[in-house]
Amino acid sequence: GKNEYDLLVIGGGSGGLACAKEAAQFGRKVAVLDCVEPSPQGTKWGLGGTCVNVGCIPKKLMHQAALLGGALKDAQHYGWNIAQPVHHTWSVMAQAVQNYVKSLNWGHRVQLQDKKVKYFNMKGSFSDPHTIRGLTKAGKETFVTAENIVIATGGRPKYPIHVAGALEYGITSDDLFWLKESPGKTLTPFVFNVSLECAGFLTGIGLDTTVMMRSIPLRGFDQQMASLVTEHMESYGTKFLKRCFPTKVEKLEGNRLHVTWKNTDLGTEETDSFDTVMWAVGRAPDTETLNLETVGVKTNSETGKIVVDAREATSVPHIYAIGDITEGRPELTPTAIAAGKLLARRLFGQSSELMDYDNVPTTVFTPLEYGCVGLSEEAAVRCYGSDNVEVYHAYYKPLEFTVAERDATQCYIKMVCLRESEQRILGLHFIGPNAGEVIQGFALGIKCGATYPQLMKTIGIHPTCAEEITKLHITKRSGLDATVTGC
Amino acid sequence: DYDLIIIGGGSGGLACSKEAATLGKKVMVLDYVVPTPLGTSWGLGGTCVNVGCIPKKLMHQAALLGQALQDSRKYGWQYEEQVKHNWEIMVEAIQNYIGSLNWGYRVSLREKSVTYLNSYGEFIEPHKIKVCTIKGQVTYHTAETFVLATGERPRYLGIPGDKEYCITSDDLFSLPYCPGKTLVVGASYVALECAGFLAGLGLDVTVMVRSILLRGFDQEMAEKVGAYMETHGVKFIRKFVPIQAKEGMPGRLKVTAKSTEGPEIFEEEYNTVLIAIGRDACTRNIGLETIGVNINEKNGKVPVNDEEQTNVPYVYAIGDILDGKLELTPVAIQAGRLLARRLYGGSSTKCDYINVPTTVFTPLEYGSCGLAEERAIEEYGKQNLEVYHTLFWPLEWTVPGRDNNTCYAKIICNKHDNNRVIGFHVLGPNAGEVTQGFAAAIKCGLTKELLDETIGIHPTCAEVFTTMDITKASGQDITQRGC
Repeated sequence: GKNEYDLLVIGGGSGGLACAKEAAQFGRKVAVLDCVEPSPQGTKWGLGGTCVNVGCIPKKLMHQAALLGGALKDAQHYGWNIAQPVHHTWSVMAQAVQNYVKSLNWGHRVQLQDKKVKYFNMKGSFSDPHTIRGLTKAGKETFVTAENIVIATGGRPKYPIHVAGALEYGITSDDLFWLKESPGKTLTPFVFNVSLECAGFLTGIGLDTTVMMRSIPLRGFDQQMASLVTEHMESYGTKFLKRCFPTKVEKLEGNRLHVTWKNTDLGTEETDSFDTVMWAVGRAPDTETLNLETVGVKTNSETGKIVVDAREATSVPHIYAIGDITEGRPELTPTAIAAGKLLARRLFGQSSELMDYDNVPTTVFTPLEYGCVGLSEEAAVRCYGSDNVEVYHAYYKPLEFTVAERDATQCYIKMVCLRESEQRILGLHFIGPNAGEVIQGFALGIKCGATYPQLMKTIGIHPTCAEEITKLHITKRSGLDATVTGC
Repeated sequence: DYDLIIIGGGSGGLACSKEAATLGKKVMVLDYVVPTPLGTSWGLGGTCVNVGCIPKKLMHQAALLGQALQDSRKYGWQYEEQVKHNWEIMVEAIQNYIGSLNWGYRVSLREKSVTYLNSYGEFIEPHKIKVCTIKGQVTYHTAETFVLATGERPRYLGIPGDKEYCITSDDLFSLPYCPGKTLVVGASYVALECAGFLAGLGLDVTVMVRSILLRGFDQEMAEKVGAYMETHGVKFIRKFVPIQAKEGMPGRLKVTAKSTEGPEIFEEEYNTVLIAIGRDACTRNIGLETIGVNINEKNGKVPVNDEEQTNVPYVYAIGDILDGKLELTPVAIQAGRLLARRLYGGSSTKCDYINVPTTVFTPLEYGSCGLAEERAIEEYGKQNLEVYHTLFWPLEWTVPGRDNNTCYAKIICNKHDNNRVIGFHVLGPNAGEVTQGFAAAIKCGLTKELLDETIGIHPTCAEVFTTMDITKASGQDITQRGC
């Protein structure tokens, strides 16, 4: 018979909701299924997906809380007299953040209603190519049919399965943002930026925090920038256990956790106790319960992510996938949103515009933020050869750091260009305050094909940090001192 | 005796001198600060470093930190309720930093073998200047080429008591005592920025405005800047001009003002009256008439061609004294450097004055690049433009529950040129940091389509420009409700 819906979206996160709402604008009959499987620790949340509930939003708010701690210290240099002691209360912050997130959950439900998108708080799985079986928490079953289906179920944090006690005693970012009580002395064994960001703000609000890493920080990012970020965190107070990996976690009396790890440098085994162990070893795509094999949707054998083409189509013509669940795409909210919108426009709006995944800007919200767009230096050199790449760089000091007597050692900018006459910009990297705000406009410049000479013609706004980008003139090749001096 | 003599050691003058010296020329810089009526003076570096951008941004930062203190409680930080600001500590810290910059400039001139004279210079005949030191010694110097970079100083009202009792921005940044209850006269960005940070530090501030705010800037944005200040405690008295300032109660000044629209009189007492009604070029007493350099009689500024050359071929001018050009440090620096390269480095690159970005550092910052909406309408016609706009709520303001639907973003596109972005305006935190990159993009021919194709960085304020769909023409509601 006829399908009930023109479009059914499985997953109510950034990508799913954007796609659903856009499709509804074209007068289509749209439905969204969203259901959050509680974390092993029992944490769950409402409509909106990772970004809203356990990602970008609470992360940036807690990062802001930490930055404000820094502002309190700066303020005293600027003449504000604040009586000591100053301390931070986790529960006040967590409550405020959680309340805001809940208001967003509510906002999303209202928006879906306004746009006449049907919302099912159910877990979806394929029954046949055009039929989804929805299961409520109470176990009630519903079948929904649709002409087109979009999978946008995102990912969930992984646990290190080979570490005894990891699952029982550790938490992940899924839990951190919903903790009612302070995590206390925390260990974050890590691979990805989420851990650095969390370790950063935990340190900033006054907690004893240690990052454990087996090899390099921020894999995939420019490694010089990654070291500057971690160097700053070290001087900021975060402890680092480098070239170590955990082997087991045990519970002690009084709820403390005893962690054992291997130090690969020294070949020794070390231990310490913590209040919280937060795993950040990567995210796994949420495809297990979808029943993809039944309908023939292909996934990547290594990552488990869904394979899609440039139109976001899977191996089954009317089934699409967007967001963190797709293979080879950046795991970012704005790309999921853009992909979702464009998909809806291609399906129902007569558009043929494809998503452009090149030169997507991003920012790591560590205590000293790192924003970038385009190629890392290593990638540029790999691609074009070091003879054909010119790197301009500068160490600068934000004006606001002067009176505050803050260390600006890691405030650094690097622009990677092609060496030939036009000097097209391949990548831009910025470490400093408000890195996201700084990089956004330049990402646009790069989309316009900006060259180094064009950037040099742009007059700076004074006094800002961003203007230093328009003043870059020392190349790495010259070997000259790249410290910006004076006006 | 010199290849180049530069009169004025500010942003433009110093940049020009250092570049020329690097190219192997014999350069002299004269810099002399005539003390204010109150006796304030300062070191090498010009307006920006001493009584402009630098101290302004630092005091603005002090005010922003005051706001951060309030926000921090909502984010879980706890400390004693009573928090007060100490003016003297702030001024000392800022002046120390400025002192280090003055010193830094002297060192860098020395390193580049630029002769520096802390003296007043004036032309006495073609190619020759007379230099007087503070002690009264007189020397003469000649050069093949001269650059005028003497900048400007604040204008006074011309009313009884203005020079005796009132201060200007020249005095504010090193004022040894807290200004207290302050009246700011004027509606320039200097007036609004100063009023803004003084209020942010907890002072009772009133701004007296003759007509409009931020003349020359996009008026919709200017009104929003003012509205935010008013919501946050700055008082505005509009359509009044002061006619007299005299001593009131001990330690106070009594100001009398008259309405511009009728006979109404306003009287009030303040601890400090800050005059910020504009700046005048320092071109009247340097002997320009003697060598025949034309100046615009109305404003004292120097007209130049597109190579910064005056009507006298060996005399150039850069910076704030230029007639019809922007009064900005980076413009002066760029002009100065490029001039030196054209004179001595075989370059032909001219300074590009088009689409220069700026930022007004009021409590809610305003960044812009390109045309104001009214200018765009004048130049292109309303029907040929598409204006996209939106309100936005910085994520960091949600937890403290601050000012929803106040921050605003607007872009003006030329429909007949691929929806090319010809005007960019943002009202929000870190407006300067946001605007800079967009200015570069505009230089590269930014269009609305490219904006739409670019992925935003989440969560930031700047990303709002990558998802603007609502046009002014549509009349649709732009109030924000969620993610």
